[in-house]
Amino acid sequence: MTDYNFAYLDEQTKRMIRRAILKALAVPGHQVPFASREMPMPYGWGTGGVQVSAACLVPEDRLKVIDQGADDTTNAVSIRRFFEKTAGVATTGRTSEATLIQTRHRIPEEPLTRDQILVYQVPIPEPLRFLEPRETETRKMHALEEYGLVHVKLYEDIARHGQIATSYAYPVKVEGRYVMDPSPIPKFDNPKLESEAIQLFGAGREQRIHALPPHCQVVSLDFEDHPFEASKADHDCDLCGSGTSYLDEVIVDDAGGRMFVCSDTDYCETRRGAGHLGRLAATRQEDAA
Amino acid sequence: MYVAVKGGERAIENAHAWLAEERRGDPSVPELSLAQIREQMALAVNRVMAEGSLYDPDLAALAIKQARGDLIEAIFLIRAYRTTLPRLGASVPVETANMRCDRRISATFKDAPGGQVLGPTFDYTHRLLDFKLAAEGEVPAAAKAAAPQSGPVPHITDFLNRDGLIQAEERHDATPPDLTREPLEFPANRALRLQSLTRGDEGFVLGMAYSTQRGYARNHAFVGELRIGRVPVEMEIPELGFSIEIGEVELTECETVNQFAGSKTEPAQFTRGYGLVFGQTERKAISMALVDRALRWRELGEDNLGAPAQDEEFVLSHADNIQATGFLEHIKLPHYVDFQSELELVRRLRAEAEAAAQEAAE
Amino acid sequence: MTPLLQVKGLTKRYGARIGCADVSFDLYPGEVMGIVGESGSGKSTLLNCLAGHLEADSGAVMFDTRAEGLRDVRAMSEPERRMLARTDWAFVHQNPRDGLRMGVSAGGNVGERLMAVGARHYGDIRAQAQDWLGRVEIAADRIDDRPTAFSGGMQQRLQIARNLVTGPRLVFMDEPTGGLDVSVQARLLDLLRGLVREMGLSAVIVTHDLAVVRLLAHRLMVMKSGHVVEAGLTDQVLDDPQHGYTQLLVSSVLQA
Repeated sequence: MTDYNFAYLDEQTKRMIRRAILKALAVPGHQVPFASREMPMPYGWGTGGVQVSAACLVPEDRLKVIDQGADDTTNAVSIRRFFEKTAGVATTGRTSEATLIQTRHRIPEEPLTRDQILVYQVPIPEPLRFLEPRETETRKMHALEEYGLVHVKLYEDIARHGQIATSYAYPVKVEGRYVMDPSPIPKFDNPKLESEAIQLFGAGREQRIHALPPHCQVVSLDFEDHPFEASKADHDCDLCGSGTSYLDEVIVDDAGGRMFVCSDTDYCETRRGAGHLGRLAATRQEDAA
Repeated sequence: MYVAVKGGERAIENAHAWLAEERRGDPSVPELSLAQIREQMALAVNRVMAEGSLYDPDLAALAIKQARGDLIEAIFLIRAYRTTLPRLGASVPVETANMRCDRRISATFKDAPGGQVLGPTFDYTHRLLDFKLAAEGEVPAAAKAAAPQSGPVPHITDFLNRDGLIQAEERHDATPPDLTREPLEFPANRALRLQSLTRGDEGFVLGMAYSTQRGYARNHAFVGELRIGRVPVEMEIPELGFSIEIGEVELTECETVNQFAGSKTEPAQFTRGYGLVFGQTERKAISMALVDRALRWRELGEDNLGAPAQDEEFVLSHADNIQATGFLEHIKLPHYVDFQSELELVRRLRAEAEAAAQEAAE
Repeated sequence: MTPLLQVKGLTKRYGARIGCADVSFDLYPGEVMGIVGESGSGKSTLLNCLAGHLEADSGAVMFDTRAEGLRDVRAMSEPERRMLARTDWAFVHQNPRDGLRMGVSAGGNVGERLMAVGARHYGDIRAQAQDWLGRVEIAADRIDDRPTAFSGGMQQRLQIARNLVTGPRLVFMDEPTGGLDVSVQARLLDLLRGLVREMGLSAVIVTHDLAVVRLLAHRLMVMKSGHVVEAGLTDQVLDDPQHGYTQLLVSSVLQA
């Protein structure tokens, strides 16, 4: 496709987005407004992530796109094809081979390196939004570091449920300053937010970019006597046997039968390739054949 | 089984092919041409241009055809296309007093210089299905105006303004902010609010306007003037040193005359709301004027009644149907990772509650 | 002794109308100042200007800060003012709905100020909330109920607990007993008097009810049309009013 500029956006727009990204990296966890463009995919479907990726991509890049941890979910396919068409960059399913990974809702299991950029799609970047709907007010709360309300929400959870009842989009404090929403990743992924890679968060509809530079301190909010816990299903992967990766629960028949498999498809395949087998790996092989 | 979520790539291709087939419908029925849509579905075309923020009837017709008549989808296509267009410059502000009016009515005066022109309106038609149209009959030609109106048609609110009866609008020559090039930040100024409203969803703006009429920040609006017609668009060409006409656009402009305001220091006068929309889109233009007026409470020293139409953040954050529809429909996307973590949480909470109940029973 | 609060020439106008004009007074630690007057006398305007909810046109509100001694609150930056508002100051609204989070449990309401200043131990926060609910005579088993389930008097007591939990040095109260039944008022007054004595609270209380100031205030200012017309020790002013308006007020001809 030659009708469009490299990676769809014009250079002027990319420059504007890059400025927002640099500012976001300079003030970790702070939401930087940017003039989000109307993209050829709907708002809420990754327009923020796509714009951030477009502003970062260079022709030599190798791109990986995941949604729910998988490379072949429909929206991941759609976004990958968009960049294949508009940027002509190489793509990959391998986490270790990718130079830029765009993700929705997951952080890959394999630790990222200093040569990688992880771009998150963000629906609502404001961690205080559901406590205070007004943008004018939440911006003031961030500016003045008035975060008491966030803990009131956690307090209410414990008072009602005996534990903090937030299982994804779990709020974090960055470098002891800004409270940040890490996008709707399961809280299992929160510890991975402290990373060697650059992490960029793009919210298209809400016109905000925030970022975590490498090795940035990211603390999940909690109470001393109710510490944060990165939980997952209490099973091993039925395909690769991993006991430490985040699992999807798949219903396999009408009788309530189910299996648990890695949500990170690349991680699972790599392990199986190396000979690790889970409980149902054999039956699965037969199915495939 | 597990493969259910696999094969995304092929599924997408198949879905697109099927969509194309459905779009065409029964192949024994002749295909719609863009010209047919542009000429015979003109009000749909107008809406797509207005909310798509791009004045191009042919592209709007194409978008409507491609979207199978789903106007919000068509608006979306236009918006996405608009993003890719280079920005050559800005026109000189259009002068609506120089409009060649097809329609011009005032509810506040029986007659006015320039006259009332009913124009091509649904008003006063009886809403009876016209089966002659089903028979695809020819329409008798409409009577032509005796003498086409020429020269500027003054705005009716100018007559009120001359006597100081209506609040004067201050002239601003500053370049207004551009909603499509800068992030929307609050508080917004009036120029930004008007931009947001003119491309806002017709249904949303209509609902907001209606709510003011029903008492949620009522502001007693009369249509001071509604005019529809064509205005020339001029652009300054730096090399030439003067502006030249580059084309014309059809616009609908509505000025409302609202409840008088006054205080101990200021004598009573009428206030105004303003609506300006691409194409013949009068429902939208009137709605826009009412909502504009409601949002001006602070500037006019009125009370904040807590009504939705007075709430700038609420109105501007939710008026855009492309933002709204995208976010609404994104809940169709897979969310199973988050759902899984919720599932585990609920299971854990239930297990704990059960254990506690058992303990209590023992 | 340094006054805790020193107000000098505080003036607020609404266009041509006077909200309050040229008000000056000192408040010393442990002292309760009552401000009385009928509706429209400017007492609520004054209180809101003191607490920073309204911006005064001129004058100074000096507060004896912990770190730097007397400072003009009006000249502070917004972060400093907001910090003061959630640590050393407290504000009890007439309508408890204005001072409570109605969607948050009683315990959460009391705990919020603790968490806002950095408390991060759930058990401790809850224990303190529990303690304070007890001090304002709310049963311990109501800790997880929302204020919407409380009576008006309970809501007002909860608001007081929420304000006092961080041990503020200065409390502003706007008609704290307004809108309550007479019997409920008496109980609340009793409670307030106990807390004021026990904690050695400094407070500025606005009310139109002379019984409230008689019981709580050491000193009194009487306001009329935005001006202070008489000030002095509570008993002195109430038992031997000098100004004609005060005499009228005391003879309870005036009811707001």
